[in-house]
Amino acid sequence: MAHWIEPHPTGIYVRPADAWIDPSLPQERALVTHGHADHARGGHGHVWATRETLAIMALRYGTASGTAVGYGEEIRLGGVTIRYVPAGHVLGSAQIVLDHAGERVVVTGDYKRRPDPTCKAFEPVPCDIFVTEATFGLPVFRHPETGSEMDRLLVALHAHPDRCVLVGAYALGKAQRVICELRARGHRDPIYIHGAMERMCALYQDFGIDMGELRPATGVPAKEMRGHVVVSPPSALNDRWSRRLPDPITAMASGWMRVRQRARQKNVELPLVISDHADWDELTDTIREVAPTETWITHGREEALLHWCMTHQIKARALALVGREDEDEG
Amino acid sequence: MRQFSQLLDGLVYTRSRNGKLALIAAYMREAPDPDRGWALAALTGNLDLKAVKASAIGDMIRARTDPVLYEMSRDYVGDLAETVALLWPKREEQPAELDDGSLSLSAVIDRLHGVSRAAAPDAMAQMMDHLDASGRFALLKLATGGLRVGISARLAKTGFAQAFDLDVDDVEQVWHALSAPYAELFDWAEGRIGRPDPEGTPYFRPFMLAHPLEADSVDLTDYAAEWKWDGIRIQIVGTGSETRLYSRAGDDISGSFPEIAQAFTGHAVLDGELLVKGDTQGGEAASFNALQQRLGRKAVSAKMMADYPAFVRLYDLLIEGDDDVRTLPWKQRRARLEAYMPQLAADRFDLSALIEAPDFEALADIRAGARDAAIEGVMLKRRDSPYVAGRKAALWYKWKRDPLTADCVMMYAQRGHGKRSSFYSDYTFGCWTEDGELLPVGKAYSGFTDEELKWLDRFVRQNTVARFGPVREVEKTLVLEVAFDSIHDSKRHKSGLAMRFPRIARIRKDKPAAEADTIEGLKKLVV
Repeated sequence: MAHWIEPHPTGIYVRPADAWIDPSLPQERALVTHGHADHARGGHGHVWATRETLAIMALRYGTASGTAVGYGEEIRLGGVTIRYVPAGHVLGSAQIVLDHAGERVVVTGDYKRRPDPTCKAFEPVPCDIFVTEATFGLPVFRHPETGSEMDRLLVALHAHPDRCVLVGAYALGKAQRVICELRARGHRDPIYIHGAMERMCALYQDFGIDMGELRPATGVPAKEMRGHVVVSPPSALNDRWSRRLPDPITAMASGWMRVRQRARQKNVELPLVISDHADWDELTDTIREVAPTETWITHGREEALLHWCMTHQIKARALALVGREDEDEG
Repeated sequence: MRQFSQLLDGLVYTRSRNGKLALIAAYMREAPDPDRGWALAALTGNLDLKAVKASAIGDMIRARTDPVLYEMSRDYVGDLAETVALLWPKREEQPAELDDGSLSLSAVIDRLHGVSRAAAPDAMAQMMDHLDASGRFALLKLATGGLRVGISARLAKTGFAQAFDLDVDDVEQVWHALSAPYAELFDWAEGRIGRPDPEGTPYFRPFMLAHPLEADSVDLTDYAAEWKWDGIRIQIVGTGSETRLYSRAGDDISGSFPEIAQAFTGHAVLDGELLVKGDTQGGEAASFNALQQRLGRKAVSAKMMADYPAFVRLYDLLIEGDDDVRTLPWKQRRARLEAYMPQLAADRFDLSALIEAPDFEALADIRAGARDAAIEGVMLKRRDSPYVAGRKAALWYKWKRDPLTADCVMMYAQRGHGKRSSFYSDYTFGCWTEDGELLPVGKAYSGFTDEELKWLDRFVRQNTVARFGPVREVEKTLVLEVAFDSIHDSKRHKSGLAMRFPRIARIRKDKPAAEADTIEGLKKLVV
């Protein structure tokens, strides 16, 4: 079925449109789901993506030639009708819905089903072929309510007025989401951020995401950050960079934090299970909901999700795309 | 259960000792009775439920979830209890991640105490349905025996003492007079009753320890010398009616060495080295390898006792009858010990002999010549030293033998445990036979810095030539300088050699593998 769409290790090729979805190599025509580096690469000839994703790509790779596609807007490329639908993953993230020859293919990119104040919620689109991720494709991954995780962060913050809570969070998406969740819980104090996320936070603010007062964590005396939240990329948690902070309680916001040894390996004292990816229940519920004839699994723990599909009479295959999944991103 | 499971989580994630102590102290102050008493028992290893076998837990989860998905999950997570805790499918109407508060720790303990092996899985399942993932993890660890949260009994007691401004040695003294859930202990700590009287109970006294010798020499008119035996330090406490054996950490190890506990019927407290008889020293102390066969066993078979017979080489006498002699100088205690010896069973107890040397140079020669497998070095004890708890400057010194080293080639690597579980940190290394073949001579997982570990991990990943389950075989190109305390004949390895306490001393990136040491060369170091 749908012989007009071809999975390759370097991306998904849409033959009639002569375009690649999230190609890992530079291509003439690229349809990009969202701005994370394992989906959006630099060097393409022409990019179709949401306005937000194009802005993120411009920030990361310099300006590139691109066409902004709004959510719900239809475009036609070589006989394929293409629509971008919210994926609920990060700002600007989209599922790409392709209609051709009476068949519909939905490429989700990465997605989640939980509410996220920084992006539009995932919209399920019934289809013939559903292309899904499986980052947390094991039944041990069941993310708790975001609220309970944020509460733990605030409890730790208030219990240690002489320390700071250093939250490791991916610079695109997770960091801004954590900050917005804090604001939503009435946390009004300035939040200190690592230099590597300043421009991305500014971009979010340009798109109308209000994150309250953000201050650079660099060049500030340690004393000033006592009793405050500091947000940095996960790689800076155990780096020399964090030595400037006042006795930080090391937290990390990631779906991987569900597994004790994962948290211990990263020397995390306060693991926060907050993920931008669907957990096991979300993955399986979504597949049931969109009820595809066939499910293609792009990356992650595809073996377990394949097994689940098989035992639920759902035709499925693993695509083994290369270069996907940055663990920090979970 | 929630308070207890959160304590366990906190202990897992908190790195600093003070942080762990603060968590334990807060719990001991705040948790209700008798929960906190049971928690204290669990943390000090005094709660031995073993209500369910690990295999029964596996069966439980396989019956409730897809076995294939369970196997994949377990493979990914690594730990059985954690996998099951995360995976547990509750009945539909119950929220998966909610501890509904209906189960207290003591209710769990009561249930597990009363349950038969056959009924245990059902009881477990019912309890699991009321807990969140952390609670299920704590329950599974309690039920299968062993929390393994990386704290010693001593640390738990220190946390308890800190909670109520007590002295931990004071807690230690009354400890063995009491039993879980320690109602009296909490009554005393919170000032409701006077101090429980430990007299008549065989309680632990803190050990006297030694500093490493750093000076070039000491005056032997001030210091007596004796061998430092390579066993485990133990304290024998007898009340005349009961005898207990304590390890250096204050753990009761009487159960692992019943023949020693039974052979001692006196009313005294003695300090000595637990050793296993062997042929390496003319029918006396065998190497530490032999003793290791007996360590960490809760129950010990007759065959074990016959194959690895234990005895104690005595160093010191702390208390004789009602006479506490710890304040007397070493010289007088030594005389009391020598006078005490004849009443002990000679097959289980002997006296650690003093080394007679005219001066320090002569002692150094004797030390250098000692290659006995059971000797770790020399102890120097001030002749006028009282027996005091802990390390006190200038009273006792340990003067260990210098380690031996060999250049070996890395052959296999395996992932470590705990916080190293993503790193290839356990290395098997070998030396060359005359035929130019590499044979494994040992395995080491310490000695390197964190930076070196990262480098070694990368080396393993980039130079893997084959995989056998969790083990990776690597290109035989990397030379590791391995330090070890001694080397022995061993039937367990094809090379016929076994190292004592091997560790990575240096990574020899500069040295070609062909120039590593030979088996023949290593055999010359065997004692």
